Amino acid sequence: MQFDSINGFLNMGGYGFYVWLSYGVTAFSIILLIVLSCQHHKKTLQHITQRYVRENKRKEAAEQQRIKQSNTLTIAETNNESSP
Amino acid sequence: MWKWLHPYANPETTYHLTGRLIPWFTYLTIALLTIGLTWALLFSPADYQQGDSFRIFYIHVPTATLSMGIYVGMAIAALCGLVWQLKLSDASAAALAPIGAVFTFVSLVTGAAWGKPMWGTWWIWDARLTSQLILLFLYLGVIALHNAFDDKTLAGKAAGILTLVGVINIPIIKYSVEWWNTLHQGATVSKMGKPSMTIDMLWPFIFCYMGFIFLIVVITCIRFRSEILSRNSMRPWVKELVLNGSSK
Repeated sequence: MQFDSINGFLNMGGYGFYVWLSYGVTAFSIILLIVLSCQHHKKTLQHITQRYVRENKRKEAAEQQRIKQSNTLTIAETNNESSP
Repeated sequence: MWKWLHPYANPETTYHLTGRLIPWFTYLTIALLTIGLTWALLFSPADYQQGDSFRIFYIHVPTATLSMGIYVGMAIAALCGLVWQLKLSDASAAALAPIGAVFTFVSLVTGAAWGKPMWGTWWIWDARLTSQLILLFLYLGVIALHNAFDDKTLAGKAAGILTLVGVINIPIIKYSVEWWNTLHQGATVSKMGKPSMTIDMLWPFIFCYMGFIFLIVVITCIRFRSEILSRNSMRPWVKELVLNGSSK
């Protein structure tokens, strides 16, 4: 152990400000990088999931639209057939 | 003979493998950095000329040398991506760029905080410092290019070319202290070189250095997985992964 007291440790032989500035900036930058990387991963996953969910909804909607259209068509056809 | 490598070129295999490896690399990083930094801050002796400001060395030197190491790794990945069109190469290059940028930034800030008490100035336009600042700009350029195109293949190509052109800066940083008379050389390397570092300074340094290496591995794995996902989002395995919710 190089230091006798907490104050001596924080003071770093008079270089406290510079040493703790260095360690502080390093810790902050790297932790920020890790947090942002994890968030980015989550966002990527969410983004892809949302796209698939949206795609499924669109497919279902298109399918229903098609069924509705074919129904109206058949009704129209039967109407046409019966009118003359 | 090299066939065992083939499965690792498959994004799905690599995605799951890196996912399994991340926890182990994380434990290793935490262990190495805890030992290394505690040793560096509490137990390693103060330098006979620089006093306790020497403790900045234990983060400044690993981040500075590794910022160049990451660049070389990124350049190799970019070359493989350009020549053999390996999609995973582009993904790993894109994953490495922000990590390199942060390491370069940290090396510059810790260098400035060390320079102020030792040289009397935060910054000087000396060869080593200037070339390291250019490295930071190269990293920022590569990140910007990766994000500038919606087409990831095109982005990988553009960023890859910039990465390869920028490799010229690496020997300049490395040998700047020999080619030019710089303040950097005079203040640190010669003082370090003469007593060639005592063993009780070398061991904490090795622990810190290894810790930073595995830290890079962990963050690279995390970012690499996101890059794989965004590049393969149309593949069936990704669809299965996100819709089953088995993903972390």
